[in-house]
Amino acid sequence: MKEPNDIILRGVTKVAVVIIFTFAINLFFSGHHNPGGGFIGGLGFAAALTLLFLSYDVESVKANFPVDFKVVTSIGVLIAVFTGLGGVFFNEPFLTQAFQYFDLPIFGKTELATAVLFDIGVAFAVIGTAMTIILTISEDR
Amino acid sequence: METLMSILVGVFFAIGTYLILTKSLLRIILGTSIISHGVHLLILTMGGLKTGGPPLLGLDSLSFTDALPQALILTAIVINFATTALFLVLSYRSYKLLGTDDTSQMRGNEDE
Amino acid sequence: MNNLIILPIIIPLIFGMFMVIFRRRIILHRALSILGLAGTISVAAMLITQIQSKGIQSLNIGGWAAPYGVTMVADMLAALLLITTSVVALFVLIYAFKSIGRDKEEHYFYPLFLFLISGVNGSFLTGDVFNLFVCFEVMLISSYALISLGGEKGQLRESIKYVLVNIIASFLFLIAIAYLYAVTGTLNMAHLSVRVAEVGQDGLMTAVAILFLLVFSLKAGLFLFFWLPGSYGSPPTAVAAIFAALLTKVGIYAIYRFFTLVFYHEPQVTHLIIGIMSAVTMVLGAIGAIAYMDIKKILTYNVVVGVGFILAGLASFTAEGMTGSIYYLIHDMVIKALIFLIGGVIIAIAGTSKLKDMSGLIQTHPYLGWMYFIAALSIAGIPPLSGFIGKVYITQGTFASEYYWLGAIGLFTSLMVLFSVMKIFMNSFWGETILSEEMEKGTTKGVMLPIVALVMLTIALGLGAEGLHDYVQIAVEGLMNPSLYIEAVLGGNGQ
Repeated sequence: MKEPNDIILRGVTKVAVVIIFTFAINLFFSGHHNPGGGFIGGLGFAAALTLLFLSYDVESVKANFPVDFKVVTSIGVLIAVFTGLGGVFFNEPFLTQAFQYFDLPIFGKTELATAVLFDIGVAFAVIGTAMTIILTISEDR
Repeated sequence: METLMSILVGVFFAIGTYLILTKSLLRIILGTSIISHGVHLLILTMGGLKTGGPPLLGLDSLSFTDALPQALILTAIVINFATTALFLVLSYRSYKLLGTDDTSQMRGNEDE
Repeated sequence: MNNLIILPIIIPLIFGMFMVIFRRRIILHRALSILGLAGTISVAAMLITQIQSKGIQSLNIGGWAAPYGVTMVADMLAALLLITTSVVALFVLIYAFKSIGRDKEEHYFYPLFLFLISGVNGSFLTGDVFNLFVCFEVMLISSYALISLGGEKGQLRESIKYVLVNIIASFLFLIAIAYLYAVTGTLNMAHLSVRVAEVGQDGLMTAVAILFLLVFSLKAGLFLFFWLPGSYGSPPTAVAAIFAALLTKVGIYAIYRFFTLVFYHEPQVTHLIIGIMSAVTMVLGAIGAIAYMDIKKILTYNVVVGVGFILAGLASFTAEGMTGSIYYLIHDMVIKALIFLIGGVIIAIAGTSKLKDMSGLIQTHPYLGWMYFIAALSIAGIPPLSGFIGKVYITQGTFASEYYWLGAIGLFTSLMVLFSVMKIFMNSFWGETILSEEMEKGTTKGVMLPIVALVMLTIALGLGAEGLHDYVQIAVEGLMNPSLYIEAVLGGNGQ
């Protein structure tokens, strides 16, 4: 079988993946007050990873990015559930959130919210689930 | 607008039902996802179609849409995504194992 | 506010997720799953004592007040089912240790099992219709994975049917939710009850109610049980046992919740339909159970009969009928798990599920035989075992509401059930011993503990029915008097 000539795809992927990663993280953080959030941010992240898997083969990506995505999912869900449990220790209902304004050295006045932690969990769970599904279908041929 | 949407939902249901009744597994899966779109549109329509601002504007805004149907649809889409993916994997595996995606040929005898 | 309510949902979830991280540590999986279920049992016990002393407990998740946010509610019915679920699941799990096989264990059997329990517990505890849908889906997606685990030919074929039927049912559920939201403008069950009582249950509302009944009947196997025998027959014994014990019961619980809390204004329409459906279910299920000569088929058709009988109590819509239903629901969860486990052991020993190919097992396995005998008597409702008290109350309830035909069909099908389970006993245990111990395909080693425990449980439930009576009465009171539930959830506001 001839080696496919996909130099353009690979070249574009190297740049595009970085842009998509950045955009995904931007989407994730904008989710606190604007459209965006953990779910869509995680999906963007998973899209970038899928692009990597498409333009390079599964084996070489896995060699450079040795992560079991099922574990990512479970860590994500655990983060989300434990953030939810945080409220329980202060005798508040499950999933109660809190936020506070802090003066941080570089950022200035910043809002820090526990909802972000929950969202990180959601993002991890989404990345893990999406990648698990895609890899399960693509692995055997 | 509601009437139009209802007709659209009906069309979606009709197409989906037709596809589910075919023999090919892939078409059945496509049918379920088309029906799911119909269902999501139905939830949106049933929540009332209003041309208003986004629901999180503050107390001074006069017209705003009901956020609940949208939240329901988002959840339903996520769940449907997971189910469809699982169904796809399952059908793929049974296609590999049984050697056919035709549901009428899949039927085996009891003693297997 | 009571944060205990959320724990039965998240404890199995957390433990299951931990197991996914450590995939190869099977011993750890087993320990964690036992620990998780033990945790749920203790939480459920705590909930029961709290409900007994302080009434129905509720939790507004995230602190969002009742009709606006998602509410979790624990009433006595939910708590009783919760503890039964966890206990039964624990014993089925112990059975699975020996029988399920290394390969399935490594393919996330225990995490999936716990996610299933999490979804079932969530369905019992939720006070919000849409959240009920979500919990159903958590339960169903785990069950899709469990039913296809192993991936044999027949199994995959049946799982495709099972998945398709349940996906369609989920769509119908969503459609029903959409209509309900359009008519009432709320999805909180207590608030729904208030709204429906205000505007009255007119034709449109009854139509929505029947759509909900259709959805839950598909899940519960009430009349629409065409998918059930195939899909409960194909997976491994432990999975089939937990499906038979729990999945249909969730559908039954949902029917109970809806038709006692929300749509209780037109019993001459909705409850009569439930009654007719349950009568047809009992008759068809009993015919199926008698007609087949295959252990798996007989047992799955017995699940169908049980569903019909439990809902006959709801159809009567009397306090007696409800009491009987709750007793019978608890009994049915225990006994269906037990009889499926024993059936699984018999099939494992004989290497076949065909009754014609086995006989005389009592020679080599006397204890198993007598355990099966007790289970069979209990399933048919012979005193003093656990099925008896439920059967008496349900029959009394149907007679009190003058549905004599329903009670008669219930009693008649009990006889047919007794015949069908005795058929297994006589064919497999009596007769000439054709299978010497060396020729056996499987053993009873290590799987007797859960069976013995469940047999003890069914005897205890029968003899100790009096002790259970107080709790059941509280549950019945909550079902017959929706204002208790509404008061607990909404408090003063929203009225």
